[in-house]
Amino acid sequence: MSANPTPNPAQSRSSATQKPRSLFSADHRTIGRQYLLLALVAVAVGTVLSLLMRLHLTWPDRVLPFHGPILPEDYLALVTFHGTLMVFFVLTTAPQNGFGNLILPSQIGARGMAFPRLNCASFWLTTLSMMVLLSATFAPGGGPISGWTAYPPLSAVASAGPGQGMGMDLWLASLTLFSLATTMASVNTLTTVVRMRCDGMTWNRLPLTVWGWFTAALLSLLAFSVLLAALVLLFCDRHAGTSFFVPMGDVVNGVLQDAKHGSGNGSPLLWLHLFWFFGHPEVYIAILPGMGLTSMVLANFARRRIFNYNLMIATTLLIGFLGILVWGHHMFVAGLNPFAGTAFSISTMAIAIPSSAKVLSWLATIWRSRPEYRTAMLFALGFVSLFVTGGLTGPILAQPILDQYLHNTFFVVAHFHLIMAMAGAFGLFSATYYWFPQITATAARPGRLMSEGLGRVHFWGTILGAYATFLPMHITGLEGEPRHYAQLTGIPGQAGHLMAKPMLMQTHITYGAIFLVLAQIPFLVNLVWSFRNGRLAGENPWAATTMEWKPGLFLADLADETSPEETISVYRGPCDYRDGNNPATFHPQWVSESVAE
Amino acid sequence: MTFASISGLSLSPQLSPGWFLPMDASSHGPALDRHLLLNLWIAGGLLALVHLVLLVGLLARRKGLGKRSARAAEILPLGFLVLLFVGLTVQAEILWAAARYTGPDPAALQVEVTGMQFAWYFRYPGEDARFGRTEPKLVAPAEGNPVGLDRGDEAGRDDLVAAELVLPEGRPVDLRLRAVDVIHGFAVPEMRLKQNAVPGQTIHLHFTPTVAGTYAILCTQLCGSGHYRMQANLRVVSPDDFEKWLASKRSGAAQ
Amino acid sequence: MPGILTPTETERRPERRPQRRTDDPDHGDHGNGRRPPTDKRTGGGGDGDNWNDRPQGSRGPREKLKRYRLGVFFALAGDLMFFVAIVSAFFVSQASGRFDAYNNYINPWLPTAIPPVLWLNTAVLIISSVTAEIARRKMFHQFDVMEEWFGLGKPTSRRAMPWLAATAFLGLVFLAGQWLAWQQLNVQGVFMRSNVSSHFFFLITGVHGIHLVLGVGALVGALLSLRYSQQVENRQIIVDCSVWYWHSMGVFWIFLFALLAFFQ
Repeated sequence: MSANPTPNPAQSRSSATQKPRSLFSADHRTIGRQYLLLALVAVAVGTVLSLLMRLHLTWPDRVLPFHGPILPEDYLALVTFHGTLMVFFVLTTAPQNGFGNLILPSQIGARGMAFPRLNCASFWLTTLSMMVLLSATFAPGGGPISGWTAYPPLSAVASAGPGQGMGMDLWLASLTLFSLATTMASVNTLTTVVRMRCDGMTWNRLPLTVWGWFTAALLSLLAFSVLLAALVLLFCDRHAGTSFFVPMGDVVNGVLQDAKHGSGNGSPLLWLHLFWFFGHPEVYIAILPGMGLTSMVLANFARRRIFNYNLMIATTLLIGFLGILVWGHHMFVAGLNPFAGTAFSISTMAIAIPSSAKVLSWLATIWRSRPEYRTAMLFALGFVSLFVTGGLTGPILAQPILDQYLHNTFFVVAHFHLIMAMAGAFGLFSATYYWFPQITATAARPGRLMSEGLGRVHFWGTILGAYATFLPMHITGLEGEPRHYAQLTGIPGQAGHLMAKPMLMQTHITYGAIFLVLAQIPFLVNLVWSFRNGRLAGENPWAATTMEWKPGLFLADLADETSPEETISVYRGPCDYRDGNNPATFHPQWVSESVAE
Repeated sequence: MTFASISGLSLSPQLSPGWFLPMDASSHGPALDRHLLLNLWIAGGLLALVHLVLLVGLLARRKGLGKRSARAAEILPLGFLVLLFVGLTVQAEILWAAARYTGPDPAALQVEVTGMQFAWYFRYPGEDARFGRTEPKLVAPAEGNPVGLDRGDEAGRDDLVAAELVLPEGRPVDLRLRAVDVIHGFAVPEMRLKQNAVPGQTIHLHFTPTVAGTYAILCTQLCGSGHYRMQANLRVVSPDDFEKWLASKRSGAAQ
Repeated sequence: MPGILTPTETERRPERRPQRRTDDPDHGDHGNGRRPPTDKRTGGGGDGDNWNDRPQGSRGPREKLKRYRLGVFFALAGDLMFFVAIVSAFFVSQASGRFDAYNNYINPWLPTAIPPVLWLNTAVLIISSVTAEIARRKMFHQFDVMEEWFGLGKPTSRRAMPWLAATAFLGLVFLAGQWLAWQQLNVQGVFMRSNVSSHFFFLITGVHGIHLVLGVGALVGALLSLRYSQQVENRQIIVDCSVWYWHSMGVFWIFLFALLAFFQ
């Protein structure tokens, strides 16, 4: 291995194309950090909104300062903003574009993304999209109330509810911008992985994180294009007088819509098909990078090769592929042909197989490995636990006859919050603790580590809070309680009895949610404190084998275009810890001979 | 509120089949419940098993993993899971087919369910067993014509429109679900029923209520700001009481 | 490292090769790297003289071109899905009818008769694809490229420019033709809101038209770069990518046109 190039910050800043400090920098690490910051803002807002929803459900009479009482339409606007922010601006943006930009090029031994300026454009388009979304709060009539799934005609007819006028238009505009930005970002990711791998980085030597990002980018490319088409159709229904989704004879608020929507006979189900063709791959876009990261972190701290590495690659691709074929399981009771229900049920059950294979691989990897319990490892283990807990209810909901009872109850809320939101968040937390040195490194000095003590407090608080909040939702769901209700108390008739029964459990869930949110304070403190005062990480603090920890690589890619003298080569697959009995021995991908600590 | 009622042990007069489920009052319900409980036990068991393996694996002394034993650790459990999931799928599809593939009993009671923001309306065809014509432009809940019944149509003369769904015990029912404005979700937890009502479509749903009582009809598809208060009651009564109710409704309509 | 890149690279190679051979595959590679480091694929593969070993920007004449071309192809794959979604919606809407108040099944789909000018437009678009391809090939004409490498003017640009300008012009003619088709329909009283099929007619021609506006923009950008850009590589890339995009829009249009003309 040749010597590290001597860093020369002054010289590196002279480069015209790589100005890491500039707001409109094309440097992939800067863009990655910008995406992470954006996602942090989004997750903070989304969390506060969810807390407001919980508080309102439990204490409906309380008045929100500076706002007044939370009206039903306010509650539904909270639902919409919470879902949209979390799904798009946190779970799609942070793992795929935040950590993807920050880490992916280094992990494949590239010096940057394939199209740096396109990358910058994607980020600013995403930011614009979020600003447009948040501006919908101030629209006359308030924010849109039709949820992140925006089923028409509720979303297609402005008079169908408060917030469905300009609020809904802004939501549509925001998602259109987001679709474009994400498509651009996935083109960038795909081209980077295909074209920019360094010498020796064959496909089956790619770390599983890269496979996760690659598969998720493939899915984004297909799925967001379809969402874009659906959004265009919905926009035409709202403003061009078409009737793609509005059926003939639709009477909203006593007003016949036929005159406004031509003489067409649209079908709301068409939107459901298009939306869920996007929507289901979307959840895999959110979770696949997390799965990849969990695999690598488990392997690293267990000092073991990921068990059955090639099968892990295959299951990643298989999950991605099957993910395209299962959208109908969101529509078992939506008016789909019952035979189609069976077909989608089978394809959905099939996806349990590669998912189970992944869990088995994880279990086999850490079985009797006596891992090192760093915070990143704890969160990766938490990911496995939450993925299993949330995943096991998947096959239940995939059976149409059971969905006939459980659809749109809190059982579903519990399912997707555990497997997508919580497991996704645990993936992000693990990534933050693991890659914090990469986040904080500058041209002048290596990065910092986060505090392990605070990290442990954060982990235990979060996993307890997550289970305390979402496990009881299974129970209220089994009791038959539906979701999206702005109010669970004071409902007349027999429904009032049904709703009153799980009320105590709902109160418990709210306390769980408050605890879960409070458990994030150590994380924020840790983040701020470690940014300035964290221990300097040094080279390769986790004794990792993947390329992002290659000494000097980071400094090299900050330097002037012609200056790096080092050739980047890869000699082996990742997670080569060689001697199972001696955790100190390991073989990074960039070293041709063995290294002992 | 007693501990029993929140813990799902349910000592209340309405008997829960277990696992916090509300009582079951339909003919297809028990089979559905059995399958659901089986699924929940399996999921719970697997959950416990995985966490046990995880904990034991983490606590046990470090040891290298032999290649062969490891392979068995993946392929065998996976084979077992494949069989398990195939079994569950087959059973679920059999139940689904029984509930949805076939049409209703020819003798089933016909009721039309209409959802609109934010109420359910139920229309009985009357003695001629034929529903009268409806027109979207006639929809006017304030004028007592929520479903848009065309008064000029002969078949619609004896149609009865009610705000509650009353059904005779033990007789198959064929519901035709319609929505006037946006998508609504017709759900009766105690009947283990859920089906969206989609504007522009008429969707059939059939079942047989078996236990008399009053049950909640909910809307389970986000339909606007009043979604949470879009409910109605389902009253399952004895056949005699049903006839009496129909007669009283009819005389009320005639006046 | 100043200037001379290739000699250093050739010097380094012999000392690296044996180093790898001593790396026993049984030890060094736990079976996941099925291909030892002497992968013969170029561009990310791993043979010894991989261009990727060099600093970015000097990985050979085609490195950047291939990267941009691949990016355009990925973007076009996404775009294809966009049109596939709309075309699926077309077929779904076409096949869905409803029951009216008299319980009659009616399907309000009235086929929109396409204005004959669309045939002409299609021909124009096909010809524009031919001129675009000629322009693209001119950019890669070996003799001219060599001249440019030697610094003898910009013959590739000179030869490609008329063809590219013709493509952009034909593109504008096509767009004007589409506009004319819309006007003709409007005169007949057919508007976007008239019928489900007319929704789709205007939507499909409209979104395809937006794509072509972007395409003409790319062609104009390529023309400007032919005029002003000094680097032959950059000019090749922008022409190549715009033309591949243009071809794809042509192919998409042929399918969309067939859909509108024969499958309504």
